[in-house]
Amino acid sequence: MSSLEHDSSVTAPTVGEVHVPDPIIQANDVNVYYGAKHAIHHVTLDIGSNSVIALIGPSGCGKSTFLRCINRMNDTVQGARMSGTILLEGNDIYSKNTDVVQLRARVGMVFQKPNPFPKSIYENVAYGPRIHGLASSRPDLDEIVHRSLQKAGLWEEVKDRLDQPGTGLSGGQQQRLCIARAIAVDPEVILMDEPCSALDPIATARVEDLIDELRENYTIVIVTHSMQQAARVSQRTAYFHLGDLIEVGPTNKIFTNPQHRLTEDYISGRFG
Amino acid sequence: MINTPEQTAQRVSAGLKRRYAQEFRFKLYGFLAVAFGLGFVVFLFSTIIGKSLGAFHQTEVNLTITYNADVLDPDGTHDRAALQDADYRLLLKDSLKELFPEVTDRAAVHKLLGLVSEQAEVDLRNRLLSHPELLGKSENIWFMADGRVDSFLKNEIDMSLPADERGFDDDEVGFVQQLQKMNRVRRVFNTRFFTAGDSRQPEEAGILGALRGSLLTLLVTLLLAFPLGVGAAVYLEEFAPRNRFTDLIEVNINNLAAVPSIVFGLLGLAVFIQMFGLPRSSPLVGGLVLSLMTLPTIIIASRSALKAVPPSIRQAALGVGASPVQTIAHHVLPLALPGMLTGAIIGMSRALGESAPLLMIGMVAFVADMPSELTAPATALPVQVYLWASSPEHAFVAKTSAAILVLLGFLLVMNLAAVIFRNRFESRW
Repeated sequence: MSSLEHDSSVTAPTVGEVHVPDPIIQANDVNVYYGAKHAIHHVTLDIGSNSVIALIGPSGCGKSTFLRCINRMNDTVQGARMSGTILLEGNDIYSKNTDVVQLRARVGMVFQKPNPFPKSIYENVAYGPRIHGLASSRPDLDEIVHRSLQKAGLWEEVKDRLDQPGTGLSGGQQQRLCIARAIAVDPEVILMDEPCSALDPIATARVEDLIDELRENYTIVIVTHSMQQAARVSQRTAYFHLGDLIEVGPTNKIFTNPQHRLTEDYISGRFG
Repeated sequence: MINTPEQTAQRVSAGLKRRYAQEFRFKLYGFLAVAFGLGFVVFLFSTIIGKSLGAFHQTEVNLTITYNADVLDPDGTHDRAALQDADYRLLLKDSLKELFPEVTDRAAVHKLLGLVSEQAEVDLRNRLLSHPELLGKSENIWFMADGRVDSFLKNEIDMSLPADERGFDDDEVGFVQQLQKMNRVRRVFNTRFFTAGDSRQPEEAGILGALRGSLLTLLVTLLLAFPLGVGAAVYLEEFAPRNRFTDLIEVNINNLAAVPSIVFGLLGLAVFIQMFGLPRSSPLVGGLVLSLMTLPTIIIASRSALKAVPPSIRQAALGVGASPVQTIAHHVLPLALPGMLTGAIIGMSRALGESAPLLMIGMVAFVADMPSELTAPATALPVQVYLWASSPEHAFVAKTSAAILVLLGFLLVMNLAAVIFRNRFESRW
């Protein structure tokens, strides 16, 4: 198998166009190490604003690691180191002047497993705006909660039970609650780490529709194991393999006409 | 070598009986262990409760007292100071002589007087000082009987022993029986046990002094050990870098939890009393020592409570931009608090039952006064149990059991409070 012979210490140049004309995020030569393990190698990738980019690849290929670099969630991992630069609208997010709290207010995140706070639905959504001081009064906060839940497509289902615990919702509703919580602070970028892997197909379809709607106002970076999902929701796709960014391109091109043999093997289901 | 389906079924059923027997034996061992433990608990409690019953009732003797003005106020001054210093023992003696006119012998009169508690004189003085108009009149008063009378009437004295060995001779038995015939003996609920401090006289001894001592000591312990323990746990678990130094701290905390409590007592003696000059026998020092002893327990329990908070909650909070402190204060601590409280209660329960370190810092002293402040001399419930258990008087046997019951009751109330507090807290989420 050619894929097994791929040597992780030799970095292959990325195939396809890594740069876009209107980037909101520019990652340049990003390396991440977990202790002695070199998790991702020399990744350079632009992410365009108001679009969806899907990061795909087999398990352990570094796509989630790269995602978590963008809002510096890797900082919380013991022994994680990073080199290279990531610019958010031209400012290096790893520079000393960047405040992590502020960064995470601008770059929201939705996790693999729905993780609402064990508080009421209202409190879940209101938490972010409250700690950042985004609402000056209670009616303001109510309005933010209303708007966020509406954008997340959850308002109609929960409007009568905002004081009920968020953990009492179904899995799909919980994930949409987490999306509402992320957009309540009005971020520019939303990172989604396999947001549908714990959901059934119907809930998945709802979240995918939602991602498509959110694209109007937000830039979305989504990690997914489902190639159909990548094909359905994203405009660009990046294929990672054992820590290397192998190929980037418009989604339809990646899926219909991949340039790299590894990409082709993966999307045709020969491994993964 | 693949079995046919018939062979497989046969082999499985052949072993089934043995497997079920094994399972049954395993369950039986478990059941026996639980039954054995329960049996001991029942035995323990029935013994303690049975023995303590006597302590909750007290024998009283009725005497007709004449407030003889010639005895109490020979100068006729009606002066308060004179009444204060008057000889109330004489009043008791006169009243007893009247009841037993046949007794004239000095030694026998002394025995008669010994039937009534020494507290009787104090009671008489207080009565007259608050009602001076009684001077010259007479009235019937119930007095506390001596502890030996009490023990005799509760059949706690072994009457098969020779008279001079049982501490309650035949004359005294005769006097008591006569008093009973005159209907001058009764048994009442012993409120004094719950309202008085310790005493050398068993009938006068109460538990309240030790109870207050324990309460004050535990208050100091709780106020010191809980915030310190939670703070240390949060720092070690959430903020401290993982390196050799923090590993060393962790190992030491675990070791401290296993240090014999008397060592903490010695430490308290050396540091708090010798070095800082804090008053010995005081709840303050007791609380400090017990805090040291309880801290490792609270830290370990709090750390495991923090570890049990799912990382997804932390990530969620960090993901919306909460700072590490906000993440901990708003999300992690509220979820970990029930577990921390459980740890604190386990530690406090241990502290409540601890006597060895308190012995080292002088809380074993005989303290008849009620401690009202943290620096006043005091004793604690387990130490009181120890003191009474080593007293020679018969009546202290029941008092010891009763003190154990009070200690257990205190423990129960503490645990109950923790459970209620925890449930209320949990229901908020």
